Amino acid sequence: MPTQIDAASLGIDFAHLAPEIILTLVAIAVVLVDLVARDKSVLAWLSALGVAMAGGAAVWLWTSDASGASYSGIVITDLFGTMFKLIVLGGTLLAILFSPAYVERRLARFHGEYYGLLLLATVGMMLLVSMGELISIVLALEIQTFALVALIALLKDEKSTESALKFLLLSAVATAVMLYGMAILFGLTGTTFIADMPAIVAERVADGGVANNLALILAGVLIIVGFGFKISSVPFQMWVPPVYEGAPTPIVGYLSVASKAAGFAVLLRLFIVVFEQAGLDALDWPLLIGGLAVASMTIGNVVAIIQTNIKRLLAYSTIAQAGYILIGVAVLGNGEANVYELATSGVIFYLAAYTFSNLAAFGALIALSPPNGNDSIEELTGGFSRSPFAAVVLTVALISLVGLPPTGLFVGKIYLFYGAVQGDLWWLALAGALNSFVSAYYYLRPVRRLWQSSDSDVATSEAARSLSLRASMAVSLIGVITLGIVPFWLISRATEAAASFTP
Amino acid sequence: MQAFDGLITLIVFLPVIGAAAVAIAGREQMLVRRIALGAMILDLLLATYAWLSYSANGPIVEQLGQYGTDPWIPGVNASYLLNIDGLSMPLVFLTVLLGVVAVLGSWHVKERVREYHVWLLLLLTGVQGVFVAGDLLLFFLFWEVELVPMYFLIAMWGSGHREYSAMKFVLYTLFGSAFMLVGVLALRFAIGSFDMSAMTLAGQEDTLRVAFLGLDAIFLMFLAAFAIKLPVWPLHTWLPDAHTDAPTAVSVLLAGVLLKMGGYGLIRINVGMFPGEMEQWAPLLVILSVVSVLYGAAVVFRQTDLKRLVAYSSVSHMGLVLLGVASLGAVSVTGAALQMFAHGTITGLLFLVVGIIYENAHTRHIPDLGGLISRMPVVGAVFVFAGLASLGLPLLSGFAAELMVFLGSFDAYPWQTAFAVLGIVLTAGYILWTVERVLLGPLKERWQSVKDASPADFVAMALLVLPIIIVGVYPALVADVFRDTVTLLVGGG
Repeated sequence: MPTQIDAASLGIDFAHLAPEIILTLVAIAVVLVDLVARDKSVLAWLSALGVAMAGGAAVWLWTSDASGASYSGIVITDLFGTMFKLIVLGGTLLAILFSPAYVERRLARFHGEYYGLLLLATVGMMLLVSMGELISIVLALEIQTFALVALIALLKDEKSTESALKFLLLSAVATAVMLYGMAILFGLTGTTFIADMPAIVAERVADGGVANNLALILAGVLIIVGFGFKISSVPFQMWVPPVYEGAPTPIVGYLSVASKAAGFAVLLRLFIVVFEQAGLDALDWPLLIGGLAVASMTIGNVVAIIQTNIKRLLAYSTIAQAGYILIGVAVLGNGEANVYELATSGVIFYLAAYTFSNLAAFGALIALSPPNGNDSIEELTGGFSRSPFAAVVLTVALISLVGLPPTGLFVGKIYLFYGAVQGDLWWLALAGALNSFVSAYYYLRPVRRLWQSSDSDVATSEAARSLSLRASMAVSLIGVITLGIVPFWLISRATEAAASFTP
Repeated sequence: MQAFDGLITLIVFLPVIGAAAVAIAGREQMLVRRIALGAMILDLLLATYAWLSYSANGPIVEQLGQYGTDPWIPGVNASYLLNIDGLSMPLVFLTVLLGVVAVLGSWHVKERVREYHVWLLLLLTGVQGVFVAGDLLLFFLFWEVELVPMYFLIAMWGSGHREYSAMKFVLYTLFGSAFMLVGVLALRFAIGSFDMSAMTLAGQEDTLRVAFLGLDAIFLMFLAAFAIKLPVWPLHTWLPDAHTDAPTAVSVLLAGVLLKMGGYGLIRINVGMFPGEMEQWAPLLVILSVVSVLYGAAVVFRQTDLKRLVAYSSVSHMGLVLLGVASLGAVSVTGAALQMFAHGTITGLLFLVVGIIYENAHTRHIPDLGGLISRMPVVGAVFVFAGLASLGLPLLSGFAAELMVFLGSFDAYPWQTAFAVLGIVLTAGYILWTVERVLLGPLKERWQSVKDASPADFVAMALLVLPIIIVGVYPALVADVFRDTVTLLVGGG
């Protein structure tokens, strides 16, 4: 115990939180600038700059070898966290870039609030992926949840408000479930620090208390189920369709990738350290998580088939996609050290490719959607003649979501399924591949509409001409294709990141 | 002639370069067609060069990085490895040749010409990739690449229930490839890489072992994918729909080379890597093949749509491919491969002719047609020629191929072969009957002003007539090349 409390002895090191601190300051600056700025477009650029700076800081942390724990072990800086931060920041940057036209049209009164809250939610997610202590994890989770609730409700119409309320309530339930699991964990181990848990857990298990063992399993199940909310998987997927339908489109895009990535980061961190190192084999983890994965994929894909609203379609799609990623988590539960790295890097790669693909889809949807805000699939008819570029982007994005080459998610799926086969879970790979087959049906339908000739001659929408929107679509498109053709760079980085935190 | 580095890559990706050029060429239709045609003619020259190099120096291999050092997907140990051996060479050539024919046969497409050619060229890259991939993951990638262009080509430029047919095509293939993917990954763990030649070697030496899945299961997973693609009865139902509703050039490619992906996969993977399992399952496959031959031929008689008629005849002819493959002799498998090549040119030609008739008469309904030969002498003559080739007239390529299949399979399965030969009789019947109904008889009033083939059509037809005659007169030209590789896979000479 330190007798004298000072910054150094507590391991307080501002450098390790540099990205988060930068983003918080920029978020405050955005709100202040909003008060004086006449031209609101400066806010978007300021936010984008802030995100880029935070990304720069994260990369600097990566290269400067400043890894390790700080703040008494609350903050963990490692490649794994950095990788996820970059995915979250990338998603945020793209979402900010495709916001201006939409915000101008639909949220004209809330420029400052919109960007400020977006940045704060991102701060919450970034904290989430680097926290090594349970209470801090919950705090980070709440930071992002409250920012997101406000963002979802920002349209202030009936659907938007209703979906925000649903999001808030279900989030509360899910967090309660997760907290319960965490409380049990604390009760068993007497610590909230993740790093200390494996040794204590192993000790308890070795002592032979079957009761303890069962309690631990219960804690694990509750935490996994609670995180189902964050990653939008079964059994907490109910909030997804209404929120996707009601919330502002750029926010939906943002939510679908950044929030999911952060959720998976924490899930992996908790799961691998606490449960895997303790060598719990009283429960068939792969079967449990694999079951959730199959349920998510199947429910998402099958219900998506009957959707007529493109945003609801993408909502069910995201539930299905969470299922594919859960395959990677299930493989971890297999408990063999040699598959840890493979499965973890698979999850990272898939999330990166998914971020590009899904944001490409949402960016193109903003560009293509008619001014009246109608999101039915029929409205996409003739999209190619209205905005050829957006139509190409949406086509490639949806092809990637099916998992067809040459796109990022094709490689992502191969990589995840490969991990599954490596981990003796070939049935999960088969279930995933069969689900891709089902998903082709509903992903290709909107694509077909896009390229059809339209009867009515609709002029190019205002949004499609926005420079920042086109830029973000171009970046996403290049990302999707590049990851599909030359995936090795990112896979190598993802493998390094996985190695940095796997035991 | 010596193959140069990057020759295969160039052959495979030249259509992609062409597609990119077409995409930026603007809306000038003639320019688009010329670029596409130029790209494919250049590709044809390269493929010819590759063939000459193959006959002089044997198989061509191309690899970017080695397994284990600089793979395409690290951790998984997949590599960018292409090779052309005896089994691939004629099929690559066939693909490129039909590519030229397809561009020429699309001369009459007036709607969204630029997008059409982009998809057409991308499709060709996907199909060629399947035939040259030396890495099983790459094989799977190319197998799937072809789906999206095909979906668009049928759904956008097709006729009838085009959306339904396009989706059916995609879903059938994807269903098969879901199983194939698991098989691909399972084989990876047996070998330690995706190197197909290493897999074949292990398969031939019977050292292929997978810890968690029986070889039988993996064999069946691949079989499912290839049987759907070939197609084998009862998995054939996507084919008549896709053919009927696809635009002419796409039907040509579908019959000409896409079905061959299934036959190629059967020979390369099921026969090459699982000789033991293949032997075990062969009797069942032979029965399925005979059913395909007879069912396809019998159903043809009930068709009133000219394209659907040719489509079912395809089912029948591809049944012969399966018969040859499942008989597992060097002669019969070589015959099956030759049948794929011959069928590619013959049925490609039939679809082309049917397309030209449809383009000029605006109907494919057989009872409405009749006496067309007096107004379309060239098209009529080629139709008769293709029909005769299809029913196996000696000195045309179909005869040599079918003869080899029957000779090869008769020893092992005399009764089944006898039934399959019955299919040939049926073929002769429906071909002649169709010729009579469409071309002969009194000319109907409404066909007085029907036009004959355009110059583009004429060149396209000539490009397919030539190989039918050449291979028919001198089958060894192609058969010997196939046999080089087939003997390695099935043993014996």
